[in-house]
Amino acid sequence: MTLDTLLPAAIVFSSLVPGLLIFLVAEESHRLRILLNLSGALVKLLFVAIMIWGVYHDHNYESRLTLAPGLDLVLQADALSVLFVTLSTLLWLVTTVYAIGYLEQTPNRSRFFGFFSLCVSSTVGIALAGNLFTFLVFYEILTLTTYPLVAHRGTPESIRGARIYLIYTLSGGVLLLTGTVWLHALAGPVTFTQGGMLGAVPTEQHGTLIAIFVLLLGGLGVKAALVPLHGWLPESMVAPAPVSALLHAVAVVKAGAFGILRVVYDVYGIELADALGLLTLLGALASATILYGSLRALAQDGLKKRLAYSTVSQVSYIALGASILGPVATVGGVVHLVHQGIMKITLFFCAGNYAETLGIHRVSQMDGVGRRMPWTTLAFSVGALGMIGLPPIAGFVSKWYLGLGAVTAEAEWVLVVLGLSTLLNAGYFLPILYRAWFRPAPEAWPEEHIPPGRLETMGTLLWPPVITAGLCLIAGLLAEAPFSPLEWTELIARREYGL
Amino acid sequence: MDSLALAVALPLLAALLATVWPARATLLGLLGALATAAAALMVITEVWEHGQLSTALGGWDIPLGIALAADGLSAALLAMTALVGLAISLYAAAYFDGRQAMHFWPLWLLLWTALNGLFLAGDLFNLYVTLELLGLSAVALGALGGDRAAVAASLRYLLVSLLGSISYLLGVVLLYTAHGSLDLARVAAALQPGPVAAAAMTLMIGGLTMKAALFPLHFWLPPAHASAPAPVSAALSALVVKAAVYLILRLWLDLFAPLVTTGAAMLLGGLGAAAVIWGSWRALHAERLKLLAAYSTVAQIGYLFLFPPLFQATPPGPGRDDLLAALVLMILTHGFAKSALFLAVGVIQKRSGHDRIAELGGTAQRLPATTFTLGLAGIALIGLPPSGSFTGKWLLLNGAFASGQWGWILVILTGTLMTAAYVFRVLSRAFNLEPTPPGFVTDARTELPALLLAAIAAIGLGLAAAPLWPLLGGGEDGT
Repeated sequence: MTLDTLLPAAIVFSSLVPGLLIFLVAEESHRLRILLNLSGALVKLLFVAIMIWGVYHDHNYESRLTLAPGLDLVLQADALSVLFVTLSTLLWLVTTVYAIGYLEQTPNRSRFFGFFSLCVSSTVGIALAGNLFTFLVFYEILTLTTYPLVAHRGTPESIRGARIYLIYTLSGGVLLLTGTVWLHALAGPVTFTQGGMLGAVPTEQHGTLIAIFVLLLGGLGVKAALVPLHGWLPESMVAPAPVSALLHAVAVVKAGAFGILRVVYDVYGIELADALGLLTLLGALASATILYGSLRALAQDGLKKRLAYSTVSQVSYIALGASILGPVATVGGVVHLVHQGIMKITLFFCAGNYAETLGIHRVSQMDGVGRRMPWTTLAFSVGALGMIGLPPIAGFVSKWYLGLGAVTAEAEWVLVVLGLSTLLNAGYFLPILYRAWFRPAPEAWPEEHIPPGRLETMGTLLWPPVITAGLCLIAGLLAEAPFSPLEWTELIARREYGL
Repeated sequence: MDSLALAVALPLLAALLATVWPARATLLGLLGALATAAAALMVITEVWEHGQLSTALGGWDIPLGIALAADGLSAALLAMTALVGLAISLYAAAYFDGRQAMHFWPLWLLLWTALNGLFLAGDLFNLYVTLELLGLSAVALGALGGDRAAVAASLRYLLVSLLGSISYLLGVVLLYTAHGSLDLARVAAALQPGPVAAAAMTLMIGGLTMKAALFPLHFWLPPAHASAPAPVSAALSALVVKAAVYLILRLWLDLFAPLVTTGAAMLLGGLGAAAVIWGSWRALHAERLKLLAAYSTVAQIGYLFLFPPLFQATPPGPGRDDLLAALVLMILTHGFAKSALFLAVGVIQKRSGHDRIAELGGTAQRLPATTFTLGLAGIALIGLPPSGSFTGKWLLLNGAFASGQWGWILVILTGTLMTAAYVFRVLSRAFNLEPTPPGFVTDARTELPALLLAAIAAIGLGLAAAPLWPLLGGGEDGT
């Protein structure tokens, strides 16, 4: 028992244990709950910092528990898992602060924060999974722990949204289970290996490998919201804002996208996936999703719904990057895992602020809101312009590398997709910014819950989006600095392609 | 006295004491439950250390005396019975009072005696005796509710139970006439394929499938399990049905191993598949929670019968060891999950006076711990990670893929989705706009035993099942 074997498990437990304790906390013990939440988040951050340092120096961390002969639950750390773990941990901390403010005076907070912590535990479990079996275990647990959060408000709409969410994700889970067991029966324990682990499978089994890939993609595509498996995401927007922000912008959809990265790079290996024609399938699905999501976003008046369709579209950039052969496109796809996360969480925080402060739920109600809530609207603008791909915000970096990767790989059609998508992004985001900054404000806001004071809204609601908007700028401006998302992603790509 | 005899004698003694001293029945019952669980623990430790145990009661060796024996399989079931039994006892101490307690404890301890006796019996006739005792005490417990429906369901249960035992007994008579012995090991050694052995197998296993409520012989189970008081339903669904399954498994693997044909295995598998689909379908449309739980038992028993065709297709070795361990794991997980479910339903029923699914609104707020129990038990029933049945289902699917039996895969996956549908149909009703609860636990004496059982099923058995392999004797031959 050393640090090397304990650290990955400790990262999972640092939110699991506080989560379980929070369930037992009496509803009115507000401070105890905050203490548990924040200490868990800070301890996790500390552990993750140690892990980043170790992985950078080629250190191996692995926790292992044998469930049955040949069936191990393995948590390990490579560069890709560290990227996702860091993203989840940082954003968990920010979102916890936000949720404390957002849920003040609402019922059932112990239940909410309990499941919230369990969700984060399963997300880092997904990130640290060392084989496909472990990935599957945490992937399913994530489904289960998110369900009560979507249903949290207990209204008929939220229960309906939660049911739709569950139908999609559990069906996807069954597909993933089938594919995983099949692969296991064919090739033995499916350990994530840089460069892939299916090279030894004889060519006459390649048909089976294609079928298995389709099953896995079907399972992962549900959470990654690939069209036509995306239907749950807009329906889940009935959840409270912190849930939409962290889970539906970061944890859940990223779990699907991250799984696609794992399957393409570390199970099949990108060369084999290319030889089997699987990258074409993935690329086609991703492109269709990018365009379809943006088109649907154009037509939404509900702010959260518009953001949800934008998520559908943007998450597929990650899959698109994985579908192009070559390290540059890999960098573009993987770095978008982080960039899309910080940009989208900013947008959702802001949407929550508009709703909580002024009762604004629709785009058509946003006229002149920039003058009433300048900081929130500024953060929103950074996120939105980043999504469009305006330099120097993080989103530009992603699109640049994706485009460059496509040109290197002679897949020029990707440029068409990127161009169209950027136009559509502008089409659904710029009108919002125009309304917010340039239209005159109405006589009265729909429901003004929080009157203007020294700050435009509560501090716990305001700081999180301002901080994450700052991260979007830093990730873009300092993209070449050491330990920036881009630099780290280049490390991943180098190790993945053995450069 | 050695542990095997204690495991049977202690609950019997406690049952007798509770009968002669009814005013102290609850206290005696709890002490008896503790002592029985301790004896079971002794048996398990000894089996873990020595692999196999056997003893001849009263110093008379077979073929004259009564032999008790234990191996990994019986130890595993004994352990499940001990833990579930202990939780049911704690729960019942708070659930029953007055006359009901007086009637409950002797019968319940007698039922436990019969279960332990059945798991430890080493010969065919003792198996019959314990099977009969089990059936009778189960029927009497089921009628404890005392209303018309409960009595009618119990009478039907009695009839089925007797039919099943008689069919089993006829098979035993055939074997005894042919081989002159009742000892399991001796008969197994002497058994020759032929019409007598085939007839005996059909009669014995046929009779037992009736007791195990395998589709289409399940008709008696839902009314009987749904009309009994909650702790009794828990015992019936989690333990009593498993005793028949255990016996079928014992006969199938040990006694009739040279006789079983692929056709017979396919027949059992087919019936199991039908049970999975039909049971889940009925559970999905049940209006009351207890009926849902009872139909879910029908479906879950079905999963267990998907194993025989895979046993047939898998040669001895690691693959077969995995299948056996998976089967035992699924039996255990269902035992813990279903007892937890029934106990939780009992809490809801006592609190709100009914168990209609459509009117469960607010349970999540009023009874958080019990809703948690429902959730955890549901996870184990669906077979989602990290439950024991997830590992079991994984190995089952793996075996089906490895032997190319695609049909079963489809059944398992369909069953999984249907189970998820009926479990979440209940859970989604639990949320509504009720105010916040004062605390997580509202009635510790009934809520905690149920929660503990559910946690064992949904987490413990999934993460800590590895010792099952060496216990069942598969680990040492170099997997």
